[in-house]
Amino acid sequence: MPAKASRAAFGEALLDLGAKDERIVTLDADLSKSTMTVNFAKKYPQRAFNLGIAESNMIGVGAGLALTGRIPFACSFACFIAGRFETIRISVAYTNANLKIVGTHSGIAIGEDGYSQMGVEDIACIRSLPNIGIIQPADELETKQAIAYAVEHQGPLYLRLTRQNLEPVSPPDYRFQYGRWLVLRKGHDVTLIGSGGPLFNCLEAAKRLEADGISAEVINAACIKPLDEELLVQSAGKTGHVVTVEDHTVAGGLGGAVAELLAEVLPTPIKRLGVRGFGESGDAKGLYAKHGLDPAGIAASVKKFLHR
Amino acid sequence: MIDDAQLAAIARECRVQIIRMLTHAGSGHPGGSLSVIDLVTTLFFQRMRHDPKRPDWPDRDRLILSKGHAVPAVYAAMARAGYFPEERLITLRKLGSPLQGHPDRTALPGIEAATGSLGQGLSIALGMALGLRSSGSPARVYCIMGDGEIQEGQVWEAAMAAPELGQPDRPLDNLVVILDENRIQLDDFVAKVRDIEPVAAKWKAFRWPVIEIDGHDVGQITKALDQAEATTGVPTFIVAHTVKGKGVSFMENDPEWHGKAPKPSEAIKAIREVLGVTEGAWEEYLKTDSATRAIVDELAALEKK
Repeated sequence: MPAKASRAAFGEALLDLGAKDERIVTLDADLSKSTMTVNFAKKYPQRAFNLGIAESNMIGVGAGLALTGRIPFACSFACFIAGRFETIRISVAYTNANLKIVGTHSGIAIGEDGYSQMGVEDIACIRSLPNIGIIQPADELETKQAIAYAVEHQGPLYLRLTRQNLEPVSPPDYRFQYGRWLVLRKGHDVTLIGSGGPLFNCLEAAKRLEADGISAEVINAACIKPLDEELLVQSAGKTGHVVTVEDHTVAGGLGGAVAELLAEVLPTPIKRLGVRGFGESGDAKGLYAKHGLDPAGIAASVKKFLHR
Repeated sequence: MIDDAQLAAIARECRVQIIRMLTHAGSGHPGGSLSVIDLVTTLFFQRMRHDPKRPDWPDRDRLILSKGHAVPAVYAAMARAGYFPEERLITLRKLGSPLQGHPDRTALPGIEAATGSLGQGLSIALGMALGLRSSGSPARVYCIMGDGEIQEGQVWEAAMAAPELGQPDRPLDNLVVILDENRIQLDDFVAKVRDIEPVAAKWKAFRWPVIEIDGHDVGQITKALDQAEATTGVPTFIVAHTVKGKGVSFMENDPEWHGKAPKPSEAIKAIREVLGVTEGAWEEYLKTDSATRAIVDELAALEKK
């Protein structure tokens, strides 16, 4: 499979799933060409609603549709989704509406548009809410399976997608399981936990580390809430060192979730790699290098962390 | 069908229960519960098609109380309709009770959405109206907002969307929005905090048909709801002019009673006023009304605690 953005895979998955299930509807806030629901809207104009630049109302309307038996996907950039936290908190989470919230353009990888369009706090916000699960797929195959799962899942979900193309990382026989992670590469010196965009860089970093005699286990944490506690504890217990890698602020994201859990059940040295401070305009590669999320940066951080 | 006099009697009973439960809770919002109760009881007992035995009936009419702090009014109506035993009303706001201080859909069957974080209910109502239209359901959706509440921005996002949403073949004419215009919010009179007038002109500018009524006059409420039901192609907005704390002289039109529970002695006086009995005739009256007598005795016992 060629590299593909998870937002593009989402758009394709919706077309397929929408043909099988009439309950599926999409909601947008003037970004359907960017969230990739535009083709669904063309094919199923009766089931696509553009609410205009009004994300709070979009999310509330989505909750109402869910409460009357539709399966709505409410879509916008991850940053604008997280900005409507209060509506998500009450109308979706507390109401337990079966709404699927989709945040695309996650992370600093969107590049040139700069910080105001970068969703880098969305996981931290939504992770604090009961009832909502968080899924961040890492490639086309996983995205399509995650979207199919979202249709079946009873209850609200947050799906975090990318603007940029993602290299395939999943094995061909991969099956997405909610709350389950997957070891992509076995190792015994350090556990590298990645999710979404930077996961491919984790695998590249593991190759570099291997050349330096460090055996890195790489895990795909596609489900950020709930975490796969069993696999996390098993791997951390084996390697004794955990490094998390995410295109999201280091506060309260995947790294925060892993640190909280391990601190309680298996205190383990942890290094959290991710965004520190605000993002900024620039090319995606340059931004990843600046924040240490490229293969070289991840490998260097791991070596420093292991004192090697 | 239930007549206006019977409805007025039910509304009186519900007012008594509102005062009773808030006094037992020791906190809550009497003013807005008493201003909205005639609207709620008219909807519950004369208008809405619902079945307390089947709160998940797909074709039930929905009520979204967006001004969630007035939920004691809905709890009183739900108990009267048979959703749960009346005795449960005095568990309001207590640990473990499904009668949460603000509506919780997951706790109490019959509550359609969590509300109380103001400004969100109308969007949910839009989604419900659209969902019901899309599935061909005949069910109607009623959304009650407070006048202070419409200071929230999300309300206007929804106001702008509603008349066009679902057009042309699934217009939201199954949606009725009622503004409980009691003129008072927590801090002070709405006009002093952040004036919302001219309300009717604003909603008309957003292409809603607007009806103005006295929100305590059952005949006017019924007529407006008839008119809304006869309207096709667009949802209807009803401005219900109400009195905050309606029925209790010392609560009426006083911002202090937005969010303060009465003391037991105040509650007993309030109940007497709601029932329209003079102070002199009260003891004699109570001999003829054992239900009220029990409520009053219970409140008097609360005073001694």
